[in-house]
Amino acid sequence: MGKLIEIRDLSKVYERGRQKVEVLHHINLDVDQGDFLALMGPSGSGKTTLLNLIGGLDVPTGGSINVGGQRLDQLSPGALAKWRASRVGFVFQFYNLMPMLSAQRNVELPLLLTKLGAAQRRKNAAIALQLVGLADRAAHKPTELSGGQQQRVSIARAIVSDPTLLVCDEPTGDLDRQSAEEVLTLLRALNRDHGKTIVMVTHDPKAAEYANHTLHLDKGTLVEQSATV
Amino acid sequence: MKYLHLIWASLFRRKTRTILTLVSIIAAFLLFGMLDAVRTSFNQAGQSANGAQRLQTGSKLSFIQTLPQSLEARIQQVPGVKMTTYANWFGGAYQDPHNQVFSFAVAPNYLDLYPEASVTPEERKAFNETRTGALVGEVLAKRFKWKVGDRIPLQSTIFPNRQGSKDWQFDVVGIIHSTDKKSAGFFDQLFLLQWKYFDDTTPYNQGTVGWYVTRVGDVNEADRVAKAIDAISANSDHETRTQTEQAATASWMKQLADIGLIVGSIMGAVFFTLLLLSGNTMMQAVRERTSELAVLKTIGFSDVSVLAMVLAESLLLLVLGGVLGLGLASVIIPIVSAGSGGMLNLPRVGAASWVLGIVLMVAIGLLVGAMPAIRAMRLNIVDALAGR
Repeated sequence: MGKLIEIRDLSKVYERGRQKVEVLHHINLDVDQGDFLALMGPSGSGKTTLLNLIGGLDVPTGGSINVGGQRLDQLSPGALAKWRASRVGFVFQFYNLMPMLSAQRNVELPLLLTKLGAAQRRKNAAIALQLVGLADRAAHKPTELSGGQQQRVSIARAIVSDPTLLVCDEPTGDLDRQSAEEVLTLLRALNRDHGKTIVMVTHDPKAAEYANHTLHLDKGTLVEQSATV
Repeated sequence: MKYLHLIWASLFRRKTRTILTLVSIIAAFLLFGMLDAVRTSFNQAGQSANGAQRLQTGSKLSFIQTLPQSLEARIQQVPGVKMTTYANWFGGAYQDPHNQVFSFAVAPNYLDLYPEASVTPEERKAFNETRTGALVGEVLAKRFKWKVGDRIPLQSTIFPNRQGSKDWQFDVVGIIHSTDKKSAGFFDQLFLLQWKYFDDTTPYNQGTVGWYVTRVGDVNEADRVAKAIDAISANSDHETRTQTEQAATASWMKQLADIGLIVGSIMGAVFFTLLLLSGNTMMQAVRERTSELAVLKTIGFSDVSVLAMVLAESLLLLVLGGVLGLGLASVIIPIVSAGSGGMLNLPRVGAASWVLGIVLMVAIGLLVGAMPAIRAMRLNIVDALAGR
C-alpha cells in the first residue's frame, strides 16, 4: 500500500510575544494509505500541532509535509483552503457544529464549496447521515442531539465530500464510554470498509486500541511506535 | 445564493438582539422616509409648470418689508411683462390660534396669473363684487366645513382693523379647485381675500403690498425682465429683489427655516447612532462566532469567502431593516397626510428617496460590516479553535 503522508524533518516553532517555543523537533513520519494511526502523548507534547500540520490548518517552520502527493508546506493559504475542502475531513473534540443549523445543513456545509446543486447536496448529506446512523435526526439542531449524536453528525460532515484523509482531535474526549465506543466503532468502519486514512489524537489508551498503530510523542519528538492490530 | 441560508441563520443566531437591532434600523429608515418627504414637499413648493413663467418681486431687505402699490403700473410697463398682480400676507387663524389659515389679500386679477387654480366665472365675479368676499381652497373648506354663503370670522395674527380688533369677517363666495397636482397642496389650503378691503380696513402699511407676481411673455427673457424690474426701485428706500417663483419660494422657505439643514442634521445624528448600534451588534455577533468561523475555514472556506459572508450578513441586516422602514414610511405617509385633513400634503416615498435610501443602507452595511469582516478574514484557525 502506498504512502499517503510523508513527513520529513518537520519542525514547528510558535512565537508567543518575545518567546519562541519549539513544539515539534525534526519529526519524520510516514502514514500508509488506508492506515488508522493514533497519536498519544502528554499535554503539550505536540500531538495537536502535528495533527494540524497534517490537516493543512497550520504551516511548518521547517521540513516538509507531503499528503497525497501535495507538498502542504509549499501551498499558499488559499490553495491550502482548497486542498482541505477536497482532501481532508476534520473531527473535533467538541464537535464544533453550527448551533443554528440542522444536522442536515451542518453536514451540507463542505458541499457548499463544490459545484453540486442543492438537490444533490441534500442527497449526499442524507447518505452521510445514514452512514453514521442518524438519518432520522436530519432536521434536528445540535442542541436537540446527545453528545454522541453530535459527534456522529460531525463525522458525517467530515466524510460528506469523500476525502481521503480524516483527522480527528480527541474525538471521544467529551463523550461517555458507550458513546465513545460507538464513535470509535464508526471510525474503524470508515477505515476498514471505506478505506479512509485516519489520524487520531487521543489521551485514551482504549480509544487508541481501535487504531492500527499508535505513535507516542513527548516534548515534540516521536518516542515510541506500537502496533495494536 | 447558496450561502443565503447560512448567512440568514448566522444573522438570527441571537434572535432577540437581531430583532432589537432591526427595530432600530426600521425606525431610522422610517424617520428618513418621513423627513425626506417633508424636505421634498418643501422643495416642490413653487415648482409648477406655470411657475416657470412667473417672477416674484419682494423687498430686498426682508420678506416682511412691504412695497408701494404704485409700483404695479411701472412694472407693467417693463418690456417683456405680460401681466402683473400683487398680494399681501394676512396671517389668519380660525377659532383657535393653532388653526392657522394660509391667507392672502390679493388684487382682483390675482387668479389670472394662476391657471392651476380653478374658480368658476360666477364665483370670480362674486369675489370681485363682494368687498368682504373670500375664495377658499377645497381642502380648507372641507376641513372647517365651510360652504359658499357662510360668514367666516378669522383672526389675523398680525393686522388689526380700524377698531383695533384683530377679528375680521369674510363671506365665502367661491371654492378654489387645484388643476395641477404639484401645487395642489398650496391652492387647496388657500384663503384669498380682497386686497382693497384689507388695505381700507387695516391702519397698517396702507397703500403697500407684500409682493408682486409678474408673468413674462417669454421664459428666456425672465432674467432680463427681473433685472429691469429691480432697476425701477434701485437706490430707493424700497429696493426690490425679483426672482423666479421657485427661487423666491425657496428663499422664503429658507427665511422661515433651512429645512434641508434641519433634515440633514437630524438624519446625520440618527444614522451616526445607527452606525454605532449596528456596528456593535455585528462586532459582538462575530466575536461570539469565532470558533464557528474557524470551523468554516477549517473545512475549506477561504479567507475571502468568510469576509464576504460577514459583509453580506451586515448588508442583509441593514437592507432588511431599511426596506421595511422605508416601506412602512410609504404606508404611513398617506395616512398622516389624510389624517391631517389636508394640512400636511406630504408626497409619497418616491424613486429618488428609495435610491438614496438603498445607497445609505448599502453604505452603512459595508461600514458596519467592514471591521468584523476583516477580523473574521484574519482569524487564525489554530488559535481560534484553541480558544486563544
